[in-house]
Amino acid sequence: MKILVCISKTPDTTAKIAFTDNNTKFNEAGVQFIINPYDEWYALVRALELKETIGADVHLITVGGADNDAIIRKALALGGDEAFRINADSADSYYIAAQIAAHAKEKQYDIIFTGKETIDYNGSGIGGMVAELLELPYVSIAAKFDLNGTVATINREIEGGEEICEVSLPVVVSCQKGMAEARIPNMRGIMAARTKPLTVAEPVAADTLTSVMSFELPPAKAGVKLINPDNVAELVKLLHEEAKVI
Amino acid sequence: MSILIFADQAHGKIKKAALEAVQYGSKVAAQLGTTATALVLGPADNAELAALGNYGATKVLHVADARLQEVESTVYTKIITEAADKEGAAVIVFPHNFDGKAVAPRVAARLKAGLVAGAVSYPDTANGFVVKKNVFSGKAFANINITSERKVIALTPNTFPAVAGAGTAAVEAFAPAINDADFKVKVVKTETVSGDIPLTEAEIIVSGGRGLKGPENWGILEDLAKALGAATASSRPVADAGWRPHHEHVGQTGLTVRPNLYVAIGISGAIQHLAGVNGSKVIVVINKDPEAPFFKAADYGIVGDAFEVVPKLTAAVKEFKGQ
Repeated sequence: MKILVCISKTPDTTAKIAFTDNNTKFNEAGVQFIINPYDEWYALVRALELKETIGADVHLITVGGADNDAIIRKALALGGDEAFRINADSADSYYIAAQIAAHAKEKQYDIIFTGKETIDYNGSGIGGMVAELLELPYVSIAAKFDLNGTVATINREIEGGEEICEVSLPVVVSCQKGMAEARIPNMRGIMAARTKPLTVAEPVAADTLTSVMSFELPPAKAGVKLINPDNVAELVKLLHEEAKVI
Repeated sequence: MSILIFADQAHGKIKKAALEAVQYGSKVAAQLGTTATALVLGPADNAELAALGNYGATKVLHVADARLQEVESTVYTKIITEAADKEGAAVIVFPHNFDGKAVAPRVAARLKAGLVAGAVSYPDTANGFVVKKNVFSGKAFANINITSERKVIALTPNTFPAVAGAGTAAVEAFAPAINDADFKVKVVKTETVSGDIPLTEAEIIVSGGRGLKGPENWGILEDLAKALGAATASSRPVADAGWRPHHEHVGQTGLTVRPNLYVAIGISGAIQHLAGVNGSKVIVVINKDPEAPFFKAADYGIVGDAFEVVPKLTAAVKEFKGQ
């Protein structure tokens, strides 16, 4: 069993979001970077659980510069076996998916896990694009993944419920909450991660189909209008007459 | 040239987010001087399909095949890309809901079309084809230029409300070749949360946090939700403690919602929670702590004990609705 987990570097969930260079770049000053939570807590940890229960080689891949190496080492410390970094910087999901697909085509994985989206670009596109480029089945936004031989049973979220699906491997799955319980790396894992293989490869030729022109912050709220707790009818009136939402 | 909109359905009913996508697509079509075609997969009756004309589609392609009741991304991609070719679609619009997220990236990759997922604006074609989208989990926006010839836009639900007009659409059966073997992912069971309004489609959401002290106290929140016709949600600590099911968890690592009205009860307003809700049009915060950070993100606030305020608010809403 060979599993590929796609990981991405994102700002910490508490990071202050600000931009520089005339609002064209994310301001990284003072920002802590982490493994994208969906990639780590659900995709990677589910892969590690499968490794522990049925045996699997867990490979990690990220597309990015050398500043990604810290989060890759952390993913190795959690229990990944081997990591690959495609040395390219891009915010275009097609370009990134093409890099992952080129790697996966060569390695022939049974399962490719991604997070359901990254918490920075919120693209939610990598899994589906990788699946399409490899012509593999794709199950999106999975909350549960079980294996019985080479058939996977997967719960995926739909509007107002869940679908339980069956699919034969190989498969691409995007993961969300429910897949696994978050872990923290232990000292043994951190020591072992130092010597695990991290291969840096140059990107394959691929098109970039989108580009970020600029960022903007949402307009600031006008300020809260406080209502006396003894006069809740006033709130109902405001919601109806002023805000027009009820 | 045309604009193609994937309008997803559940049990033959076109979803609200899909109606919004159709209306959005028809406005993009008008902007580009062309027409909008909606594509519906799976059984749906003719009146439901023709009604898409009210949202600006001039043509509705319908694949009635019962095997398309649920989304199979490979099969859906095959059909959507065939329809896009048949219609000469320059732009393909999806609702950015669960179905859209399952299919739009595949379609984009197949067509080598740039994808903007989570769009919140019409394209600005003054200098390229620039669409604004949510980034940093609702804490910011990015303006993305799609540079490929064909474009895929997945529209954030509840960004532009769908308003029915007087237009009409011609419904046309579409029958691309689909084999049983194409269905790689088989749905063996569907579990719906009965009677609830899906959070991502809800116009009003009432959400509770640790301030409610325990799952046994959710009754007052549910009463208010019922009075408002709202869906219920929770903060992450509540979901993690098992007080409420995980699918109700709203926030950075849970669902992102953008209802017209979000009522937060006993939620302090950590930055991760705000990320999931700050697209809401109006936010009401009820919290006994006047220092709760959520008040800074709120439009209206009540500083008070939820156990006293919420039942009173429910009564006031009932009285208002009874008028």
